Amino acid sequence: MRSISTGLITETVKNAFLRANYDIGADITECLEKSRREEISPLGRDILGDILLNDEIARTERIAACQDTGMAVVFAYIGQDARIEGGDFNEAVEEGVRQAYSEGYLRKSVVSDPLFDRRNTGDNTPAVIYTEIVPGDRIRFDVTAKGFGSENMSAVRMLTPAAGVEGVLDFIEETVSKAGPNPCPPLVVGVCVGGTMDKAAVLAKKATMRPVGTHNSDPRYAGLEDEALKRINKLGIGPGGFGGSTTALAVNIDFFPTHIAGLPVAVNICCHVARHASAEI
Amino acid sequence: MSEERKRLQIPCSEEEYRSLRAGDRLLISGTLYTARDAAHKRLCALLDEGRELPFDIRGQVIYYVGPAPTPPGYAIGSAGPTTSYRMDKYAPRLLDAGLKGMIGKGLRNDEVKASMKKNGAVYFAATGGAAALIARSIISSEVIAYEDLGTEAVRKLEVRDMPVIVAVDPDGNDAYEAGREECRAALASL
Repeated sequence: MRSISTGLITETVKNAFLRANYDIGADITECLEKSRREEISPLGRDILGDILLNDEIARTERIAACQDTGMAVVFAYIGQDARIEGGDFNEAVEEGVRQAYSEGYLRKSVVSDPLFDRRNTGDNTPAVIYTEIVPGDRIRFDVTAKGFGSENMSAVRMLTPAAGVEGVLDFIEETVSKAGPNPCPPLVVGVCVGGTMDKAAVLAKKATMRPVGTHNSDPRYAGLEDEALKRINKLGIGPGGFGGSTTALAVNIDFFPTHIAGLPVAVNICCHVARHASAEI
Repeated sequence: MSEERKRLQIPCSEEEYRSLRAGDRLLISGTLYTARDAAHKRLCALLDEGRELPFDIRGQVIYYVGPAPTPPGYAIGSAGPTTSYRMDKYAPRLLDAGLKGMIGKGLRNDEVKASMKKNGAVYFAATGGAAALIARSIISSEVIAYEDLGTEAVRKLEVRDMPVIVAVDPDGNDAYEAGREECRAALASL
């Protein structure tokens, strides 16, 4: 057994959220630069230039790239041979979120009751925490600060098996088309095909966190990613939604076994400020 | 920027608002008020009760933003636009009360566009997600109402050369629709 203190967990989660909010990944930056060279709309090219400049300011000045610093989502992979010492694991994660958002000048965007009070909790907690038990004695955290301009444009649909590949592609395209300029294109589109309704949604969220430019290791799904991206970038929505050939930077598709009667598809939309970070203890 | 941007002092005259065209790229300077979901709900409740708003809304522009906290040495934290459609339910009420401009991002519904036409109002878009960049054009920020709402409080902002695009003009022309249609057609023929 390897001991891991809750203090270290808090510190690790805190630093991951600070990095996620200040440092837009090199994968996104490279893709934005490439898109700016290839974008057909002059206004679209200018908007991509503004986005690149914005991300540079955030990185160098250590300020939030977007004012919507999101709801904190944490995927924790806990090694079965690790022993957590010094307190409650979930509370240690929440404390990391609390410290990042208060000390890092990040916006607190969480309300305690979604329907009646809608009172801001004041510290951006609770986070959405998923834990998985994995082999080994380490703990890995994948965190994302998920903005809601794009989250609101996401969708799950329970297709029938007969809908097939075309049904999946149509649903992805329809979701992005309906969203139009609202979710701050260019987008990173996370998709999961299969599982149950909830499993598809969770894996779609994880898919938004996969670096752009990587592909599903299954060549059939990698081909689906390319085809979906091609169709989305023909919609004309473009950077900022004012028209153009860069509506999405990537479509990341994951899949999971499903029931004989089902073909669930979840499409989680993420904006160009795709904020995620990983850390291992 | 590849295109010349016109400068506009806000608030401006009714004629100046009416002269703006969808697709115009502007650098705006002057005074803005911030409000988003929760503040809109309260402002409309005041109007429904026949009470005075916390600021004189006539001729003014509201920026849909909930800024990040202000770091030391800055006038304001990162402050990009939030998605405007969530304010569609409230916007016609405020436009009827004299509001002349809104800054946000994303589509507006037909009711808002009809109300804009009736009232000679403009909907501007700022680049979503470019919040650190936009904050540089905000030179001061002061909470003037609903401090309890935190980031959703109503603020009075002074801005200098804030870059915006006229998304919907007072005649109802929509730059989002036009831009998308033009590019969709161009991409289809490639």
